[in-house]
Parts: sequence; C-alpha cells; structure tokens
Amino acid sequence: MATLTLSQLDKSYGAFHAVKAIDLDVSDGEFVALVGPSGCGKSTTLRMIAGLEEISSGDIRIGTRVVNDLPPRDRNISMVFQSYALYPHMTVAENMGFTLKIAGRDKAEIDRAVTEAARVLEIEPLLDRRPAQLSGGQRQRVAMGRAIVRDPDVFLFDEPLSNLDAKLRGQMRTEIKQLHARLGATIVYVTHDQVEAMTLADRIVIMKDGRIEQVGTPDEVFNHPASLFVAGFIGSPPMNMAPATVQGGRLVLGDGAALPVPPDITVPEGARVTLGLRPDDLYPEGHGIHSEDGHAVESRELAVDISEPLGNETLLFVPFGGSTWTARMLNPRAVRRGETLRFHFDLSRAHLFDADTGQSLRT
Amino acid sequence: MMDANRKSRIRKRLTDWALTGLLFLAMCIICLPGLWIVLNSLRPTVEIMAKPPVWIPRELSFDAYVAMFSGVGQGGIPVVQYFRNSMIIAVTSTIISLAIGMSGGYAFARYRFRFKGGWFLGLMLTRAVPGIALSLPLFFLYARVGLIDTHAGMILAYTALNIPFTIWLIDGFFRQVPKDLAEAAQIDGCTRWQAFWQVEFPLARPGIASAGIFAFLISWNEFALASQLTRSTDSKTLPVGLLDYTAEFTIDWRGMCALAVVMIIPALLLTYAVQKHLVSGLTSGAIKG
Repeated sequence: MATLTLSQLDKSYGAFHAVKAIDLDVSDGEFVALVGPSGCGKSTTLRMIAGLEEISSGDIRIGTRVVNDLPPRDRNISMVFQSYALYPHMTVAENMGFTLKIAGRDKAEIDRAVTEAARVLEIEPLLDRRPAQLSGGQRQRVAMGRAIVRDPDVFLFDEPLSNLDAKLRGQMRTEIKQLHARLGATIVYVTHDQVEAMTLADRIVIMKDGRIEQVGTPDEVFNHPASLFVAGFIGSPPMNMAPATVQGGRLVLGDGAALPVPPDITVPEGARVTLGLRPDDLYPEGHGIHSEDGHAVESRELAVDISEPLGNETLLFVPFGGSTWTARMLNPRAVRRGETLRFHFDLSRAHLFDADTGQSLRT
Repeated sequence: MMDANRKSRIRKRLTDWALTGLLFLAMCIICLPGLWIVLNSLRPTVEIMAKPPVWIPRELSFDAYVAMFSGVGQGGIPVVQYFRNSMIIAVTSTIISLAIGMSGGYAFARYRFRFKGGWFLGLMLTRAVPGIALSLPLFFLYARVGLIDTHAGMILAYTALNIPFTIWLIDGFFRQVPKDLAEAAQIDGCTRWQAFWQVEFPLARPGIASAGIFAFLISWNEFALASQLTRSTDSKTLPVGLLDYTAEFTIDWRGMCALAVVMIIPALLLTYAVQKHLVSGLTSGAIKG
C-alpha cells in the first residue's frame, strides 16, 4: 500500500477544461471517494491516476514515485470498472490470474493467489465459469477479485456499483467496506451517489466543473458544507434552500416571512443570502431528531401540504416563505393534508451562503 | 376451447413442415449447379450436351481427371503449376489483406483522427468500381513496370481489391469489443501490444476469420483480372486455366468441369477448417449484460 498525491493536476481536451489544477493527498490505507455530478471531472481524474488518460500538467505521485508518464502497467494499481470489464474468453480463475500470468509468475503461485482471493470474496465455486455465466453481483465480485490478486499500491474503483439493483448495491457496499477493513488498502472510489460516498469513505472529495469544492470527512461535508453546491449535493432528502435578504437583523424570505439570523453568523445589513436548513433540523414539535436544549429554535404554525410516510419517519412538505420546505418527522403519526402543526426551525444548525459566490458564511 | 388449441397446434405444425419443404427446395436449387459440375466431370461430352438433358448418367469414368494430370499432348494441362500459382497468390494476398485489414480496422474502430469518415467512405467507394473496369488501366500500368505475368502483380491486385472489404468487416468486429477490456488488460500489466493480442484479438477472431475466408475466396476464384494480367504457367491461376479447355471450334466441357471440381475442393476444405472460429457472441458477458 502507498500514499497518493495529486498536485496541480490538470486536464484539457482542446478547449474543454475537464480537470482544473486539483490538489489531493490520500494517505496510506485511506478510503477516499470522489463524488460529483456527471461531467465534474471525477472519472477523468481517476483515469489519469490509472494512466489511461494523459495528464495536461501537474504531478501524480504514488508513494514517492512520480508516475506522470508511466504506462498503467508500471503504476502498480488495480482498477474495478463500472462495466466490470471481465475478459469474456477466459474463465473466472483465468480472469483473476491474468495479471500474474502477464507478470510471468509460475502456475502454482498464480493458483495460490487466485484461490486466496476467491476465498476472501466467496467465489470459489465460480472459478471455472466464464463471465457470461455469472450474475451481475458475481461479476462484480470477480472484478474485485482480479483487483485484489494484483496486490496493488492503490485500488481505483470507477462507479463499481451503478449497474447493480438497489438491494445488491447495499450488500456490495458493505462488502467493499469489509474488504477495505481487511486489506487496509489505499482506495480511490469514484461515484455519483452521495450515499455510497458517505457510507464508504474516510474522506469525501466533492467535485464540480473540474474543481474540488470541498474535501472532508463525511461528518465535515454533511455538517459543515463549504458551499451551496456541497450542501445541496450531500444529504438525502436534500437541504432546504431559501433565498433571503438581511433586514433589521432578520432574514426576510420571498413572501415577506422572516426568521432570525442564525447565531454565530454575522452578516451585514442588506446582504443577499441563501438560507440552508436540513430536513432533520425542521420538525414538528416533539418529533425532532435533536434535543432542543441550548438550540436556537424558532417555531411557526404551518399547514402540511403533502406527507410521505416511510414507516420509521415521515417526510412533510410545508409551504413557507415562498418555497416548499421538507421536514423530517420522527416517531411519526398520521398527518392529514392541510393539518396545521407547530414546526421548529433549529437555526443553530442552519447554514447561510453568499447568494453570489455560493460560499458558506459560517466561519 | 380445446378445439381452438388443437387447430392452432396443427396449423403451427403444418407451417413448420411447409417451411422445411420450401427450404429443402431452395437448397436443391442452390446445390444443383455444383452437383451438375461434379456429374459432368464424370461423363462424356455427348451425354453432357444431350437434349433433353440426361439426369441419370449411364456411365461414369474418371478419364477427365486422369487426362488432366497426364502430360501436355495427352489432353493434359499444367494443372499442378496452376494450382501452385493460385495457392501462392491467394494465400499471400489473404495474409497481407488480413494484416492490413486488422491494422486498419482496429484504427477505424478505436482511434479518432482527421478525415476518418472520409477515409472510410473512400475505401468503400473503391469497391464500387467493377474489377473488369480496372483490367485495362492495370494492364498498361503493369506492362510499364514489368508486373505482367508475375505472382507479385497478381498478389498486389488482389490485395488492393480485398483490403477495403477486410478493413470494413474487421472494423465492425473490433467495435463490438468494449474498450474497457483493453484498458483493464493494460492495468493488469499488459503493454498496448499485449493487450491487443491477449484480449482484443481473440475476441475479434470470428470477424478476422470471416474476412480471411472471403479474401481467400475472392482471390481464388477471380477470373477477369487474372485473364488479362497473366500469360504463362509462371502465373496463370486455376480459373484462367479453365480456358485451356477451349479450342478454336470445341469446348471440352468434361475437362473444364473436372478442373472446376479440383478448384472447389481446397476452397471447401478451407471454409470447413476456419468455420469453427466463426463462433459469434464471444464478447457477451464482458460488460454488464
């Protein structure tokens, strides 16, 4: 295993600037997820690390080696492709042992490595089959097995779960996490699914338009989003966002309704901002996730438009201040349409973003 | 209810029989000329030319075959030389066409380059020109550079004829091989070259094999150009050799048919040998599927 360092890594395709001078340090054994909408440059970054894409400028270091111009085979990395990319003309065992065969290892050693990886991934009975005879989840496992056999410095995952159905995806997610715990591997994992990133990664890198918006632990990016984009991207259901203007020390929303400025945040009079409040921090009285002690809670009587019962909780959609807010109701009870409830806005957990730059105003 | 079911079942069975019968009839019509040639090579000209045609031969003999391989003067023709020429020319031009077809097909399938569409269309357009139309210009050209009546000349002509086709066919097969596979192979430790031979080539093999068969058969059977560009036993191919059976006033149909049979056999054997590579659908299972 090894560290991975990207410094001022840049990629252009003609006039299109795909990755814009990004810096990233991945420490030994760390699981880092690159996440962002399609076209944000996350896959390009991964392919540059793999050596499948030339870099326009900057440096890539694996351990202490600069690998900028090395071909993929000399970088000692493994990659799991979104499409799995199993060799259809080889059996599972041949697929997994291919890297060692190319490296010229003897047969006994290859067999040992393949059997060991198959045992870890519980695919021993499949070793003689061909990829066409496997289900999606099995192919996924074989692809991971192929990556393990190589014993690489860095594992690269390119949206490995996006071809699986929801149930299998959840299961494989757990397995990848267990695998990481067992191997202690350095992993860079690309996904567009923030849930995958949150659940798997030690640190999350959120990318947008070829730039890194924020790097942080799941807790940091969730609770302290650096920008409006990160706040909107991380978390499900997404954060409530409402444009507001600061007037007389209060946040005046679209239709004239007002809320106090969250404590600990100073904004100049007349500033145009966006107020962000997670559904967890807006709840009917007595049904909240956080204790209200010591929190700056503001209450309003509001009528419920739509409710979505999920069993353990109910999502309530509430019109207020010119937009519809999502509230999360724990220990739910049946809520009728149009029913008026007393909602708590936990403003000590609210975020303010500059309306022009989108940057967080919380310091 | 039962009635409707039974009726529909009977109708389905009748349709199956009718279709099988039709297919058999079509096969008979397709095979008839070949059968007729084999038959004619074994019986005298009188019987061949008889009207109404004689379907069941009264006597069969291998005289024509024996005569063919006897020396000149005993009704023989230099069939061994012709065969040798045909083999050298067809095999060499097939190998070259495949090599260039693989490189070209791979390039068209995998790389982006300037005027790609134009190049491709241009290659295909060359196939729109009938071979016979090229024979006169080629004759003048070859006469100038001394390629008339040489193996090299024929190989060159057939290779040029075959390349657009092999590129086109092989391009299609390489397109079906996902790009991810070559990339995965490179990450697994292959050079670009190894990735091609270990992963992409085996998966495109059915296409390459079919292209090979077609290229060989075109070269093997071609007559129009060969009749113009060959002169002597140094380079005459089997199809041109057929003309040896025409004299000023007569045509030895039996001999001609015998030579045609000799020509068909290697082509049949080759097709049979290569067809096991023509297994399609090998790429299934590579990606999601």
